[in-house]
Parts: sequence; structure tokens; C-alpha cells
Amino acid sequence: MEFIQLGLGRWLHVAAGILWVGLLYYFNFVNAPAAKAAAADGTAVGIARHVVPRALLYFRWAAVVTWLAGAMLLGSHFLDAFLFRQRAYVPIGVGAWLGTIMLANVWLVIWPMQKRVLGLVPASDEVKAQSRRTAFLVSRVNTALSLPLLFFMVASGGQFRTAFF
Amino acid sequence: MKNPLDSLWGTVAAGLVITAILYALVRAAMGG
Repeated sequence: MEFIQLGLGRWLHVAAGILWVGLLYYFNFVNAPAAKAAAADGTAVGIARHVVPRALLYFRWAAVVTWLAGAMLLGSHFLDAFLFRQRAYVPIGVGAWLGTIMLANVWLVIWPMQKRVLGLVPASDEVKAQSRRTAFLVSRVNTALSLPLLFFMVASGGQFRTAFF
Repeated sequence: MKNPLDSLWGTVAAGLVITAILYALVRAAMGG
């Protein structure tokens, strides 16, 4: 049981997290400037039709798997971390809250906005433009939050290593 | 004022600032 929770759970958490944050960085570091350049030369449709939907599929589900595997990893210490009930679990609790905020941003803002942008749900051009801007800014918020998220995930097993999970 | 999130490096800088603030808070919560 411990192998499944702490061994496989940690492995799955890290692997899914790499996919999630890797795609987040792809969107921000590569796709956003590429889409801008492609719009200028009339080739954006290929990215919007063939690349973004696939990347978003892995992105949003990797976020879910990362969070669930993280919750499994915390196990009986889940509330100690989220409610900061024990001092030792404060660092991972901060990381867990950042991850939870980022997951909510993916499913409650970025994905609904992108569905409008990609035409998966009907929207006027004005609404699409607003949705694109909102999705962009929230994606940037997640990129900023990913830095402290990664710091506290790593530091919980390093400098702040007082809790066991 | 320009939104720092419009710039990739503004976003990274914002992330570093948040990290530093949270680090200080967690250090204090852990008893220094």
C-alpha cells in the first residue's frame, strides 16, 4: 500500500506535473508568440485547428491527474497541509494551495474561454476576443504561480524537509 | 501602466517576487 501511495503516487504526480507545467510553458513560451506570427502571415488556422486542441486535451487532464496524485500522496496528511494544521506541512500546504488555484484556473477559466476561442461553443467575434484575452492573462497568472509552486514542491523534500509524505 | 503579464519576462519576474514573498512567510511560519 505504501509503495502505491508514496512510490507510484509520487512518480505519477511528478510525471503528470511535467506534462501539465510543460504544456503551460509551451503555451506561454512557444505557442503564444507563434500564433501571433502566424496570424500576421495567415497561417494561424493550422495551429488553432491541429495543435492547440491536442495540447489543451493533455494540458487539462494532466492537471487533474497531477492534483489527484498529489492528494493521494498527502493521504492522511491532506488536511494538515491544506489547513496548515501542522507546522511541518506548511511548505507543502502552500504548494498544494498554489496547485489547486492553478487547477481551478485551468478548468474554470482557461478551458471554458478556449472553447469559445476554438469555436467549440458558439460565440460572437467580440466575445471570442474577450475570451482570448482572459485565457491569455490567466495562463500568464498560472505561469507566474508555477514558479513558487515548483519551489515549494521541491523545497518540501529539501530545505523544509520535516514532513514525511 | 502596462500589465506585466503581457510580457513573458514580466510574468517570470512576477513569479519570482511571489516566490520570495511566500518563502519569507513560510520561513517565519516554520519558526525562522
